[in-house]
Amino acid sequence: MTTEMTTTETTPIAPSFGEVNPDRKLAIICSKGSLDMAYPGLILANAALGEGVETHLFFTFWGFDMINKKTMGKLKFTMLGNTATHMPQGLGGLPGMTAMATSKLKKSIAELGVPEVPDFLQQIVDSGGHLWACRLSADMQHLGADELYDAVEGIISAAEFIEKTEGAQLLFI
Amino acid sequence: MPTTTTIDGHEIHVDDEGFMTDYPEWSEPLGKALAAQIGIDLTDEHWKAIRFLRTDFVDQGETATIRRISTVGGIPTKELFKLFPQKPAKKMAYIAGLPKPQGCV
Repeated sequence: MTTEMTTTETTPIAPSFGEVNPDRKLAIICSKGSLDMAYPGLILANAALGEGVETHLFFTFWGFDMINKKTMGKLKFTMLGNTATHMPQGLGGLPGMTAMATSKLKKSIAELGVPEVPDFLQQIVDSGGHLWACRLSADMQHLGADELYDAVEGIISAAEFIEKTEGAQLLFI
Repeated sequence: MPTTTTIDGHEIHVDDEGFMTDYPEWSEPLGKALAAQIGIDLTDEHWKAIRFLRTDFVDQGETATIRRISTVGGIPTKELFKLFPQKPAKKMAYIAGLPKPQGCV
């Protein structure tokens, strides 16, 4: 139906989905091992993949906890040193506070339908994302491929990651 | 300003990008025509996802994300990327006559 306020296009209007820029790549360096800092990289990777952007994640230093089978499901969130909780810092040091803050954060994340870290990594891989482990971090922590999340494609040096992501936009988290 | 466009003989209300804005205007034959606009020939697997999106929109009031289609709709993420390459969430929303998904995950 056409009203006065409506314009009618005679040629069909359709979104242009076909024009994905093959040169656009995203490289995300995940360097943090706390629960709250694991999510930004995962969420952005997921969003980029949904837009058809080739995406690579490089896990280094504390970020290694995100792909270490022993720790990836147990990342924690602490109030300590985080003024954004707007709570007295002294409280954060009380016994049980980190566990409480972690479970609270996990609950809010789950309520939004956002998966836990291991599931989220799987979703990223299923969407075509690439996971890379940092060679130096693996050596420092004496970890091999067997101890890392199965979908990690390789343990590579920083230089190799830079080579793989030539021309990419880069995020350091 | 509201705009209408004609797809395969169906006059429909759309936004600037071409996503339908009026839920009841959609029908399965129209979905087929919309899919053809973006080069997708709908198979039974495609329809499973599209029908889930239509039903879920009524229940939730918003377009399901990839995460929701895989966990609630039961269609694996990998499969969705195969059926609707590159931008599955947006392509599915377009074919199903729904707004682009707003959820981040």
